[in-house]
Amino acid sequence: MNRFDYVRAGTVAEAVQAYGAGARFIAGGTNLIDLMKYDVEKPGRLIDITRLPLDGIEEHDSGLRLGALATNAKVAYDERVAAQYPLLRNAILAGASAQLRNAASTGGNLLQRTRCYYFYDTATPCNKREPGTGCPAIGGVNRIHAIFGASESCIATHPSDMCVALAALEATVRVSGPQGERSIPFADFHRLPGNTPEQDTNLAPGEIVVSVDLPESKFPQHYTYLKLRDRLSYAFALVSVAAGVELDGDTIKTARLALGGVAHKPWRNREAEALLEGKPATRESFQQAADLIVSEAKPQSANGFKIDLARRAIVRGLEQAAAGTPQSLSDKRIQ
Amino acid sequence: MLREHSPPVRADTGLDITLTINGQRRELTVTPWTTLLDLLRERLDLTGTKKGCDHGQCGACTVLVNGTRVNACLTLAVMKDGAEITTVEGLAGLGDRGGSNALHPIQEAFIEHDAFQCGYCTPGQLCSSVGLMNEGHAHSREEIREAMSGNICRCGAYTNIVDAIEDVMQGAAR
Amino acid sequence: MTQTFSSTGHDTFVGSPRSRIDGPAKVTGLAKYAGEFAAPDLAYGYVVSSAIAKGRIAAIESAAAEAVPSVLKVITHENRPRTAWRDKNFQDAVAPPGSPFRALYDDLIVYSGQPVALVVAEDFETARYAASLIQVRYEAQEPTTDLRAVRGDAYDPPGKREGIKPPPEPWGDADQAFGSAPIRVQGAYTLANEHHNPMEPHATTVVVEEDGTYTVYDKIQGVSNSHQYLANVFGLKPDQVRVLNPYLGGGFGSGLRPQYQAFLAMLAAQELKRSVRVTLTRDQMWSFTYRGEALQSVSLGAEADGTLTALRHDAVQGTSHYEDYQEVIVNWSGVLYRCDNVALTYRIAKLDTATPGDMRAPGAVTGVFAIETAMDELAYATGMDPIALRLKNYAESDATAEGKPFGSKELKACFTQGAERFGWSKRSPEPRSMREGRELIGWGVATGVWESMMMQSNAIATLTADGRLTVGNSTGDIGTGTYTILTQIAADTLGLPMEAVTTKLGDTRLPEAPVAGGSWTAASSGTAVMKACRNVGEQVFKLARGLENSPLANVDFDRAVFADGRIAVAGDPSRSVSMVEVMRAAGVDKLEAVEEAGPDKDFNAAYQAYTHGAIFVEVKVDEELGQVRLTRVVSAIAAGKILNPKTARSQILGGVVMGIGSALEEESMLDHRFGRFMNHNLGEYHVPVHADIYDIDVIFVDEEDKANPLGVKGLGEIGIVGTAAAITNAVFHATGKRVRDLPITIDKLL
Repeated sequence: MNRFDYVRAGTVAEAVQAYGAGARFIAGGTNLIDLMKYDVEKPGRLIDITRLPLDGIEEHDSGLRLGALATNAKVAYDERVAAQYPLLRNAILAGASAQLRNAASTGGNLLQRTRCYYFYDTATPCNKREPGTGCPAIGGVNRIHAIFGASESCIATHPSDMCVALAALEATVRVSGPQGERSIPFADFHRLPGNTPEQDTNLAPGEIVVSVDLPESKFPQHYTYLKLRDRLSYAFALVSVAAGVELDGDTIKTARLALGGVAHKPWRNREAEALLEGKPATRESFQQAADLIVSEAKPQSANGFKIDLARRAIVRGLEQAAAGTPQSLSDKRIQ
Repeated sequence: MLREHSPPVRADTGLDITLTINGQRRELTVTPWTTLLDLLRERLDLTGTKKGCDHGQCGACTVLVNGTRVNACLTLAVMKDGAEITTVEGLAGLGDRGGSNALHPIQEAFIEHDAFQCGYCTPGQLCSSVGLMNEGHAHSREEIREAMSGNICRCGAYTNIVDAIEDVMQGAAR
Repeated sequence: MTQTFSSTGHDTFVGSPRSRIDGPAKVTGLAKYAGEFAAPDLAYGYVVSSAIAKGRIAAIESAAAEAVPSVLKVITHENRPRTAWRDKNFQDAVAPPGSPFRALYDDLIVYSGQPVALVVAEDFETARYAASLIQVRYEAQEPTTDLRAVRGDAYDPPGKREGIKPPPEPWGDADQAFGSAPIRVQGAYTLANEHHNPMEPHATTVVVEEDGTYTVYDKIQGVSNSHQYLANVFGLKPDQVRVLNPYLGGGFGSGLRPQYQAFLAMLAAQELKRSVRVTLTRDQMWSFTYRGEALQSVSLGAEADGTLTALRHDAVQGTSHYEDYQEVIVNWSGVLYRCDNVALTYRIAKLDTATPGDMRAPGAVTGVFAIETAMDELAYATGMDPIALRLKNYAESDATAEGKPFGSKELKACFTQGAERFGWSKRSPEPRSMREGRELIGWGVATGVWESMMMQSNAIATLTADGRLTVGNSTGDIGTGTYTILTQIAADTLGLPMEAVTTKLGDTRLPEAPVAGGSWTAASSGTAVMKACRNVGEQVFKLARGLENSPLANVDFDRAVFADGRIAVAGDPSRSVSMVEVMRAAGVDKLEAVEEAGPDKDFNAAYQAYTHGAIFVEVKVDEELGQVRLTRVVSAIAAGKILNPKTARSQILGGVVMGIGSALEEESMLDHRFGRFMNHNLGEYHVPVHADIYDIDVIFVDEEDKANPLGVKGLGEIGIVGTAAAITNAVFHATGKRVRDLPITIDKLL
């Protein structure tokens, strides 16, 4: 771990002001300190934002505003979240461990970095860590890597579970920075790698996440977060599905679907969502949507199975959502 | 304690912080890159808190910060200025059971159920169990398993650990 | 034959479930592990690891690191202090044949992750920071780490590893018999590279004492091995170094050999003349030993009634370029089954990795997975119940040892009792025939087997006039419960309460005992402790008999009964004396004895000794998504006398859990271009977590064995052996998919 200056900010303005090249904001620290110990992140300054008054969860417009510093646990166990956004709650609780969720913040969850082995290992090249050095994950050990939206520069995935739900819920990220405040639709918050994989998000330098705003709840009953992984808990997703549907009788009125573990950002396909709308809530409809989504998938040398897994998981996720039988967090049987 | 808005602290300067560790108030000077885990183990000789992976992937370093379980390895000590820390060495002192030598019920239950072998993950399992009970979200055996999954036991004492936690939870409910 | 334990006195504690005596220390955080001992003026070493797997170091730039205030020294191959140079000085007690790895010895890189520098600083954070400033320039060569690529170069190791029995000569004609067998199965099996990953990372604290001697706290499964190694390598007299390790945070074989952090800590301590601690990072736990994958093939030929007529089991395993690691993989097939035509071969091939090492039931985990999966395939091919097929070919003697009989073998009882408990009779034999909603249910069974061994071992017993007994030796309690069982044995032998006994382990000032491994510690150290206590008992007895008006006058020692702190005459409890009173009356402060115990040569000449198990598992597999849940396990074990059913059960639970990891999760994935394990952390190398482990039921089958006076056979390994096969067999039963390459991750079931 490198050495750095430490600044404790009292207000958002102070935090933004303290920012300079090489600085990083730190809240829960569960990913940043991890990466600093590997010398993957080497900030010259840490700006401690944990004392900013951003840990509240408030009603806002007709939705809910999650303060950037509200811990993952606080959000997951908030009664309003449980009642109106159980998809978000389930996604959060499917991720990491209780200890990590107690420390990790809402803003930090958005900003966590990929778990690509090569990104983490400074003995190997990595375009995300050191632009221009190459991507050995291509043709290497890549069973956990992307099947959607990857580039020749990077095939990493975004590891968050919470973000997959936020994508399906169409949240908005409110940020504050040197140029003032702005709001970013969730779909535009994270980037695809293209030829600048070092940039995970569209945050400008010095911008800080202030809150994540949830629109009016649409899926309090018909939702699921289905996560498939290499062990039954405490592992990143190979494929995860966040699904929410609104039904009109047996007909799908609205469908929102996002996939985790498969791309550099939570993966949405609006065509597939549109395809579902107006269709009967049947396995056949779900299969059509799944086929459409995976038709865009491209396998790497060792992750072709993810395409098939994603197809099946989408169908099952939609079945769970439509039936109102969301995946249980502790009963590992998949409904 | 540092002022809420402190000027940048130079990298080579120690920072003065206050922590209450196992009920004892301690004024300490720490470098900003010192984790709570290394502070406990290397400076304060509180080696009960274990370093298993140093990356939040095993749970051996679990301690209670203001009653909440977290990974001490991913916690910078300076950021917890003013906090109350409970480590395995302080578990017996939690609650009001009288008698300074009494173990916490979860410690007794771990011994009774043989909920450990090598003992290295044990302090983390214990602090995590207490954190779990403080949280109050786990009620069934399978909920305990899920909520304890951040604590790896390579000796494979899992079923006994869950037995021990269940035992204490049922005792508390009686 | 020696007498069995129960004839030595009363089994008050032995055989009864007892809580671990080290429990209070472990649940309060007071138990100290190797990297936790304090020393005044302690310096911290941090290891820099090689980024390449093969080649040489062209240059190391360490000036920036040295310039950091509080950095004491950067040691590299260029400035390392001199040590011994002969291979034999580096060969520890359990080293395989070859030229052991020497850290910082020269500019050659022989595996990825090899230590290339040690930074020593006043504090841990400074050492870690300075280590990040070290720049190493390499001249890299293309490494070979793909066992499949060098399979053709595999060889029969010319130097055999001590204690590792090479495959026996073939008997009959397996190939011919296979060719003409009416029923045949054949398959290739692999178990992935696995890393031990005990929760405690390897660490060594070297304390430089005022008189210039060294006290070393080393993470090792037996301090005598480190002691010998450090003395030989650093040219020290045995009394100049003392090695301790009272508690070990898990080993599973990774702590059998002294590892490079011990060497580096000692090197730095000697150079700096101050105390040094070196703790490896979790990532560095991938940099010195592993369970090497093996490429195996098994061919079985049988008659229609299931009688085996041909058995062929071949294995090729990797080793390093500098040592010929060997383990017993294929012999188990010949031990378990009676067959007239058998061929077993084992060869190794050179890879650019660290030398593989023993990992919980080394070889048996690998080989038994293959044979027990193949036997399940044969069961389906013959239409027989898998247990019936095994019983049909049940070996009553050890064909790999000239047909010697087994000292005891209650494997049939394991099958019977395990099947009963599991409810095996309710199994519908057809694959995919049992389901519950969207899940397919599979029930699988397999045999476990492990050698029952005993090693030469010493122990001391000291009885003091306050009635306290202290026993011990240099072996380690690696979480197995050794402290507890030795206390039980000592207490029973001298008829004292367990609270009156202190057991000391893991200190080279105690009588020498071997490393804790191979499941031999209970038999070896247990017998030595019992003998030492018997000796002390005889001393007290003689004192007692010599007292004026002794109630024991004219009584022979073999009629003495030790109970409740007294010596009584067998059959006449009214004639007894208190041991404390005897010692006081005789004016003796303490009585002490050191005894040696070793394998019973007569027994070993006549019999073969193995532990056995039958493991039954239930899996539930999501038919569409391939997620496997292992919902039920029954493990029935025959391992001789069970000294402490509570800690014994934990040994089996632990073995089963590690076996579940092996079957479903564990795999260190190599990028052969870099010759590097890429998922070198506990986030991406998956071991079982709480959520993975449902109910595990353990049965100990009664088994009388006479290999040693205690009648014990050892429990550390048997629980894991066969577990992976039972799981693959259950997965086949559930899904109809036969997975022969572990681990069975989701991708293999889609």
